[in-house]
Amino acid sequence: MSIEFRKELFADERDDNLNEIGKPTQRQDMVGHVTGRSPFYDDHLFEGLLHMRCVRSPHHHARIRSIDVSAAASMPGVKRVVLGKDVPRNLNTLLSLLDFGLDDEPLISERKVSYKGEPVAVVIAESEHAARDAVAKVRVDWEVLPHVLDVEEAIVPNAPTVNETYPGNCFIYHGKYTHQKLRYGDVDAAFAQADHVIEGRYQMSPIEQAPTETCGAIAAPENNNRYVCYTSTQALFFSLGTAAKLLDVASNRLHFIGGTVGGGFGGKVDSLHEPMAILGSMLTGRPCKYMFDRAEEMQVGAPRGAERWYVTDGVMNDGRLVARKFVGYFDSGAYTRLSSYAIIKAVGHLPGPYTIPNVYADVYCVFTNRTPATAMRGFGITGVDFAIEAHMDKVAEQIGMDPIEFRILNSYRDGDMKAHRRLAKNTALIECCQVAAEKAKWSLSDQAKRQNSLTGGGGERAQLPNFTKTDENGRVEGFSTGSYAQKNKPGAPAQPPQPNYQPQPAPRPSAPPPAPPTAPPPQTPAAPPPIPRPTTQVQDPFSAPTPTPPNPPQPPAAPPGGAPRRTTRFSSISGLRRR
Amino acid sequence: MARHRGKGFACINYPIGMNLGGDPSQALVHSNPDGKFMVALSSIDLGQGMKSVTRQIAAETLGVPVEDVYVETADSDTGPHCMGSFASRGTHRVGNAVIQASLEARAVMLEAAAEELEVNAEDLVTDGKGNIHVRGAPSRSITTAEASGAAQFKQGKTVSGRGIFLIPLSEVDPDTGEMTPVSCFAHAALIAEVDVDDETGEVAIVEINSAYEVGRALNPKLIEQQLVGGAWMGTSHALWETTEPYYPSREHGPVDFNEYVMPGPGDIAPHNIAVLERPAPDGPYGGKGPGEMCANPVLPAIANAVYNAVGVRVDELPITPEKILRGILANGGAKPQARR
Amino acid sequence: MAKKPVQFTLNGSEKATFVEEGQNLLDVLRRGVGDLTPKYGCAQGTCGACTVLIDGEPHLSCLTLAETVEGRSVATVAGLENGAALHPLQEAFMRNFAAQCGYCTPGMLMAAKALLERNPRPTREEVVEAISGNICRCTGYEAIIAAILEAAGSGSAASKGRG
Repeated sequence: MSIEFRKELFADERDDNLNEIGKPTQRQDMVGHVTGRSPFYDDHLFEGLLHMRCVRSPHHHARIRSIDVSAAASMPGVKRVVLGKDVPRNLNTLLSLLDFGLDDEPLISERKVSYKGEPVAVVIAESEHAARDAVAKVRVDWEVLPHVLDVEEAIVPNAPTVNETYPGNCFIYHGKYTHQKLRYGDVDAAFAQADHVIEGRYQMSPIEQAPTETCGAIAAPENNNRYVCYTSTQALFFSLGTAAKLLDVASNRLHFIGGTVGGGFGGKVDSLHEPMAILGSMLTGRPCKYMFDRAEEMQVGAPRGAERWYVTDGVMNDGRLVARKFVGYFDSGAYTRLSSYAIIKAVGHLPGPYTIPNVYADVYCVFTNRTPATAMRGFGITGVDFAIEAHMDKVAEQIGMDPIEFRILNSYRDGDMKAHRRLAKNTALIECCQVAAEKAKWSLSDQAKRQNSLTGGGGERAQLPNFTKTDENGRVEGFSTGSYAQKNKPGAPAQPPQPNYQPQPAPRPSAPPPAPPTAPPPQTPAAPPPIPRPTTQVQDPFSAPTPTPPNPPQPPAAPPGGAPRRTTRFSSISGLRRR
Repeated sequence: MARHRGKGFACINYPIGMNLGGDPSQALVHSNPDGKFMVALSSIDLGQGMKSVTRQIAAETLGVPVEDVYVETADSDTGPHCMGSFASRGTHRVGNAVIQASLEARAVMLEAAAEELEVNAEDLVTDGKGNIHVRGAPSRSITTAEASGAAQFKQGKTVSGRGIFLIPLSEVDPDTGEMTPVSCFAHAALIAEVDVDDETGEVAIVEINSAYEVGRALNPKLIEQQLVGGAWMGTSHALWETTEPYYPSREHGPVDFNEYVMPGPGDIAPHNIAVLERPAPDGPYGGKGPGEMCANPVLPAIANAVYNAVGVRVDELPITPEKILRGILANGGAKPQARR
Repeated sequence: MAKKPVQFTLNGSEKATFVEEGQNLLDVLRRGVGDLTPKYGCAQGTCGACTVLIDGEPHLSCLTLAETVEGRSVATVAGLENGAALHPLQEAFMRNFAAQCGYCTPGMLMAAKALLERNPRPTREEVVEAISGNICRCTGYEAIIAAILEAAGSGSAASKGRG
């Protein structure tokens, strides 16, 4: 283990003579940690504490015909068995607090379950042991339904509907599409001219955040007719706002205390424990604790969901990437939680830290009958970075280039236009490549060593494509953009009527289906100019670090019949409203 | 049967924070009458060092020693709103809110000092050691304790400040994805060297060499903690961890740490880190957020190193011995690639 | 449920409490006698966050029946300090920044203390062995190993290499 601070790099951009910044000051919380005094949520003792345990679905997908709690309720030490009907507003989605997405998940399910482990009843008892015993006595009459576990199988026509809020098993973006699009230039035209077109498929499996402290919360009646809640949350006001909404209580009647948490890594954002513990406290008048045990943390606690990425690169013999196409599927599990936003983050990140003149992505947030996914360290980025960088290695191999020099050649630099149509600034990828190579004694050419992030960018590389090919693939009806907050005015039905909506199958990259009939025919641009090629074998690929975009000229007229380009407020990504 | 050595490379950039609801965080700062400060946040410290980094940022901005500041987090009755601790947003968003709050509190402290010294507040500077003096005239000085006391007991001023950092929501174009996704990016490049046993399929990490660009390293020890621990987690994600080993099947899911395996203290390899600091123009003193991106380059670097060692591309994580052995079998044996 | 009286010493102080049949020591320490320093991480014996010393030997308190500590001596992090002075292990953990979230730290410290008491000059391999039942999700272990070696005076923070 060694660490060095390469102060000579970017030195003129910093003042290194500050009083406190840059100093190796001891952590404020370190004494608490080494003495065991740091107060985690469970380190608050309450006389008469009750314990909550969930009755969970043993099925991937099933309708609940009935729940019989009579035997459980009469067990020794049992104070109450809580059902979905006891939750004042039993439907929520976490990001509704930010006006993003439709309520799709009950706190305690009443009619159906969509993943193994979904809670359908909660026992509140004098001890955890008593609660566990009573959970085993709750009888649920299940009608098992067909289930779907794979993202691509979930979005074909006639797949079982996992999440009734989104009947096609896709989160709907902007009230309009089954996926989030990224369109920059024309990848198909560029592939046609590339020396090599290289495809890959990458799969991330679900990952458990595995903090050493499991998720949990303790709630208790407080003076002034309020409730105090000690919590392991990573997001105090998300949890407070979610609890206030689900329990239909003013937020200032809740007093949340947390802030010292035994690891999170994204797994403590979902805000399920706080409303549950407060509900228990409201129903019993006693302090209540709801915590995951380790097995629940691993199988019921939301993981980073699986992701599947198809990547296609067009590359020239001299190493210039001219096009990159992604089709990605995030496995959101049964409900939305945070995967919907992770895709926005991922799409804003594509095509990775490279300047590529033609970029395309379709990214789907897919519902399957598995544990809902949520955030984890690098959420939205880690999976696609794995795909990009594993793919870069293959492409470098195919064109016979050193993998680091291949990255440096294509690296973004200050002033370059990115695929999300903003200029790059404050970049430092090339320097990282050079320093890592130096440390590992990986030899680079002199040309590669001479490159830097501050020069060579901008200019032609700052230009937007002359033409961007767009389409309306994946267009859906029955959703409209609008204010989500208005939809949820008190009195609005919790479950709006189902729209008449049949999803389009998602295009696979190898054989995209034609656009649905409602979409205008894609504009066919004039034949693109040929990609400039060196007349001789490239001696110094870095000498002209501008990857000339193979952009076709601007088409003479706007695409006929094309939907007018409309910028939609983010909340309307969010704010799908059913007609 | 043999062990094969291989090296793999990957590099990444990482977006700091979120483009979601403005991604706001707030901070409140106030002083006791003796010039000792408290910072109230509702942000969460889950080990990343939130309390510590905001403490240094507040002290730097206020112009007082770090011992004169304590940060209290996450009591909703006193800590103002924060989105939370995720998305590498803490240092950047909360740090900026703390700067704004500290600047407001500092301004009142300097006004109080100016009134006592009978000078203009604009002419006053802090020495970071608990003193306020006239610029260029260190002898005309007053302590921060005296200034705060005068504000409280003579002048009727509150030495306090409010801060919020918000990046207005950037609209996302449904048809092109045009947006301003985040405000700044961190960077990393990493080379993993591995040994792959072609009989067992097991991968041993031999050495990791890395370069991480983190904006300014606000506290080098906190940076070191994140980078070392994050790379360990990246290794674990590359080679060991999943709740669903045969995705999309839900069978074989682990329920304890005997089944959900990660590298233990005996499995760690030497990791040689270089930290680069290109300050983010909008970051607190240039800081970005190293907490998430540190894990990311490890996964593909290890995948690429495994290929370099035995010629097997494992495109499905985690890279288990089973997948490697199946690949070796399909290739008719290990196919080591060019040594690097 | 029938309860059983149990007496033991906790960090040198006499404790007497009633325990339920099957109740584990972790629960009794935390809720019965109010020592909150051992942590609940899994209750399966797989994470080490609840590690305490019983008669000087490290035990997982989540898997230890409380009634079995009758008449024995239990030590936790709450007893590490000598008055206001931190234990050398605690100081070494601080110097080496060997904690992030701090949740595994009490268990790590007790595992380390048990090691140093039976082996004051451990090798790196022996340190690794001693904490191999303790999971840390934040640090990557390197700083913890360095801290324990430093506290023992048998190594330095610069110690490198595989375990």
